[in-house]
Amino acid sequence: MNSIILRAGTRVLVSLLLLFSVYMLLRGHNQPGGGFIGGLTGATGFVLYAIACGTKDAREALRLTPETIAMGGLGIALAAALLPGLVGESFFKGLWLFLGATEGSKGLPLSTVLVFDIGVYLVVFGGTLTLVFALEEAV
Amino acid sequence: MNDRAGARGNGPLGLLPATFALLLFAGFFSLVPTIASGEFVRVSLDWAPSMGIEAAFLVDGLSLTFALLISGIGTLVLLYANTYLAGHAHWGRFALFLVAFMLAMLGLVLADDLILLFIFWELTTLTSYLLIGFSHTTEKGRRSALQALFVTGAGALAFLAGLILLGAAAGTARLSEIVGMGDELRAHALYLPILILLLAGAFTKSAQWPFHFWLPNAMAAPTPVSAFLHSATMVKAGVYLLARMHPALSGTDVWFWTLTIAGAVTAVFASVMSLRQSDLKQALAYTTLMALGTLTLFLGQDSGYAMTAFATFLIVHSLYKAALFLAVGAIDHATGTREIGLLGGLGPVMPITALAAAVAALSMAGFPPFLGFIGKELKYAGALAVASVPVLVAGAVLLSNALMLAVAGIVALRPFWGPAGAMPRKPHEAPWQMLAGPVILAALGALFGIYPALLQTSLVTPTVISLTGSADEVKELKLWAGVNLPLLLSIATYVIGIAMYIWRDPLRRALERAFAQVPVLDREYDRFMAGLAGFARWVSATVQTGRLRDYLRVTFVTALTALAAGMLVAGISPQLDFTGLVGTDAAIAAFIVVGALLAAITRVRVAAIAALGVTGIGSALVFISYGAPDVAITQLLVETLVVVLVAAALLQLPLLDAPGESDHRPADAVLAIGVGGAVTVVMLAVLATPLDRRLSTFFEAASWSEAFGRNIVNVILVDFRALDTFGEIAVVVIATLAARALLVAPRTKAETDVGVQKEAAE
Repeated sequence: MNSIILRAGTRVLVSLLLLFSVYMLLRGHNQPGGGFIGGLTGATGFVLYAIACGTKDAREALRLTPETIAMGGLGIALAAALLPGLVGESFFKGLWLFLGATEGSKGLPLSTVLVFDIGVYLVVFGGTLTLVFALEEAV
Repeated sequence: MNDRAGARGNGPLGLLPATFALLLFAGFFSLVPTIASGEFVRVSLDWAPSMGIEAAFLVDGLSLTFALLISGIGTLVLLYANTYLAGHAHWGRFALFLVAFMLAMLGLVLADDLILLFIFWELTTLTSYLLIGFSHTTEKGRRSALQALFVTGAGALAFLAGLILLGAAAGTARLSEIVGMGDELRAHALYLPILILLLAGAFTKSAQWPFHFWLPNAMAAPTPVSAFLHSATMVKAGVYLLARMHPALSGTDVWFWTLTIAGAVTAVFASVMSLRQSDLKQALAYTTLMALGTLTLFLGQDSGYAMTAFATFLIVHSLYKAALFLAVGAIDHATGTREIGLLGGLGPVMPITALAAAVAALSMAGFPPFLGFIGKELKYAGALAVASVPVLVAGAVLLSNALMLAVAGIVALRPFWGPAGAMPRKPHEAPWQMLAGPVILAALGALFGIYPALLQTSLVTPTVISLTGSADEVKELKLWAGVNLPLLLSIATYVIGIAMYIWRDPLRRALERAFAQVPVLDREYDRFMAGLAGFARWVSATVQTGRLRDYLRVTFVTALTALAAGMLVAGISPQLDFTGLVGTDAAIAAFIVVGALLAAITRVRVAAIAALGVTGIGSALVFISYGAPDVAITQLLVETLVVVLVAAALLQLPLLDAPGESDHRPADAVLAIGVGGAVTVVMLAVLATPLDRRLSTFFEAASWSEAFGRNIVNVILVDFRALDTFGEIAVVVIATLAARALLVAPRTKAETDVGVQKEAAE
C-alpha cells in the first residue's frame, strides 16, 4: 500500500504500539495485560509496518526472523521453568527476588514468572508475525 | 550354504542362544522337586502400584510344565537352527527374534497378573509376526505373517477386554487369587461376556475352528520356527489360558459346550485336512490343529480323567510334534523338497533321522510302549468320562486318532522306507546339531512311556493339581491298565488307522472332491481384508475431499451428532430464563445477532469478514461488561489480526458463490442453526447447575499471598498452570512453523501449470 500518510503515521504508531506492548507485558501480573496480550499488541505494530512499508522493510526492521523470535521465546520460557529445578525446587515454581525491599514496600519484584511471561510474549509475537509475513509474501 | 558351513554353524557365537535357553531350562528344572512336592513359587515386584498392576510371576505345576517345554524345546530348536540357517545373512536377527519369542512365552506362562499376562500375550504375537515373516522377501511370507498378526491381534483385543472385565468382576488382578474365586465368578453377572471375550482370544491364538486358517499358512516360516511356535509353544498359549482359567470359569454349560464343540470340530476337521496335504510340513501343521482341538475338548470337562489326559497329551504332543517338525526340516535340508510324492528311500541314507522320526511317529500313532499310547488311553478314558455325550466325544477322538495314525505313517514311514522318488538334491544325513533335537525328544517319548511314573510325579500330578486344586483327581499313568473299553478303542484305532494308511491315495482323492464344495475360510479372509480396504478407501474419499468446506461440514456434523446424542442420553431440555437480563446485555446480543445474520446473507466476501468482525467485537463487549478485560483485549486483538490475515489472503480465494456450483447455503444454514442451537442448549444446561466456586475461591485467596499477583488470569497462566501454558506456546510455535512451511512450500506441478495458464491468458 503506497501511502505517504500511512507510512508517516506508522513510524509513530509502531514505536507507540511496541512501547505499549512492553507496558502491557510488565503490568500483567497485577492488572489486565500479560505476555499473551503484549505479544499480540506488539505484533499488530509490525503488521501495520508491513502493510505500510512492505514485508521486506518490516523484516529488516525486525532484524531477527520471526521464526527465530518465536523459538527463542519458547527457549526462554523453558529456561524459566527449568531454573527452579536447578536450585532444588520443583520445576515451574515461581522464584521471587525483591530488590531493595523495605518494611512498607516490596521494592522491585523480579521473578522467574516474569521471565516465563517474556517467553510467552516472544512466542506470540514471533508466531503471529511468521504467519502474517508468510501470507503477505505468498499472495 | 554347503555342508561344511552347515556343520560349522555360525561360529562360537552361534551357540550362545542355545546355551542361554539351556541355562533357563536348567533353572526351571531345579524347581521340579519343589513343585512336585505340591508347593509353588511366587515372585512379585511393584510395577504400577497406583493402578494395582504388579510384575508378579508364579510357578506352579501348570506353568512349570509349560516353562520346561518352552525352554527345553527352545534349547534344541536354537541348536538346530544354528545349523539349519548356518551362514544365513540374517542369522543374528533370527536368533534374536526366536530368543525374544521364547522369553515372551515364558513370561506369558509365568505371569500372575492379568495386565502382565496380556503384555506377554501381545509380545508373543509380535515376535511370532516377525518370525513368520522372516522370509519377508516372498509375497507368501508377508501375507502369512500379516494374517497371523491380524487374526491373533484381533483376538487379543477381545482378550484384553475380557481380562479387564475379569479383573473388575473379581476385584483383583492377581491370577492366583482369581483362580480360587470360581463360584463367585460363575455366578457373576459379567460371567458370560468375560467368557466369550476370553474364549475369542484363546481360540484365535490356538487356531481353533473357525479361526484355524492362519496356522497352516504360518508354515511359511523356517522349519525351526514351525517346530517351536506351531507345535510346542505359541499355539498352546490359548490352551494355556483355557487351562489357567479352568478352575475359575469352567463347569457351566456354556463352557462345556463351547469348548467341547469347538475342540471336537477342530480335531476332526484338522485330521481330515491333514490327510489331504501333500506337503509334509502342511500335514504336520494340520495334525497340530488336531492336537489343539483335542486339548480344548478336554478342558471343556471337569473329570480327573480329562484333566490327566490334558496334562499328559500336552507333553506327549510337544515331544513328538517338535521331533517330527525337526525331522521334516532335516529332510527338507537334505533333499530340497517336502513333497510327499517326491520323497522316498531315505532310510538307508539318513538312518538316525529315520529312527528318531519312527519313534516319534509311533508315539504320535499311539503304539505301546511309547508315551503316546498312554496319552491315547487316557484320551479315551477322558472322553468316556464325559457324562452327557460320551459317544460323541469318544467318536471324535477315535476318528481323529485313527487319522493321526495314518498321517504318522505318511510322514515318518513313506519318505524313509517308500520307493525312492525324484528328489532335487542327493540326500545326506543331517549333522549332529540337527539330530540332537529329534533324537532327544523322541527318546524322551519312549522313556516316559516305559517309566510313566517319572512324568507322573514331576509334571502331570502338579499340573492336575493346578487345574483341579487337589491331587485326589489325578489318574495314574500306566502302560497296561488291563482289558477295558479304552484298550478296545485303541485296537479299533489301529485297525481303522492302518486301513486309512493303506488306502490313503483313494481316500485323498475322495477328500479332494468333497472339499471342493466347502468354502475355504482362507479365501473368505482375503475377501474380508479386500472389503475392509475398500471401505477405508470409501471413507477417505468421502471425508477427505481436499476441500475446506467439506472438512468443516464433516467436523460440524460430527460435533452436532455427538452433542445431540449426549443431550438425548442425558435428557437435557433447554430452560429459558430471562430474569436478570439488563438493557446492555440485550443490546450486545442484538449487535451480535445482526453481525451473524449479515455474515450469512451477504454475497461479498469483504462484507462477510467485516460482519464476522462485528460478532467478534460483540463477544468482546460481553467480556468487558462481565469484568474480564484480559479476555476482551485478547479477543479484540485477535479480531484485528484475523481481518489483516484474511485481507491478505482475499485475492487468492475463489468467489463465494462459484459459477456452476449448486447453492450450498440452505444445507449450511441447517447445519449452522443445528450446531448453534445445540451449543446454546448445552450452555443453558451448564448455567442451570450451580457453579462450583472452590477453584475460584482458592485462586482469589492464593493469587496475592502465594504468587504475588493481583491479576488472577495472568497468575494462573504464568504460575499456577505454567505447565499448561508452556504446552500451549509450544503448540503455537509448532503450528506456525507448519503453516509457514505450507505457505512457502514450492507449488506442486499441477498448481504451477494452472498458474502458467493463467499468466498466459492474462
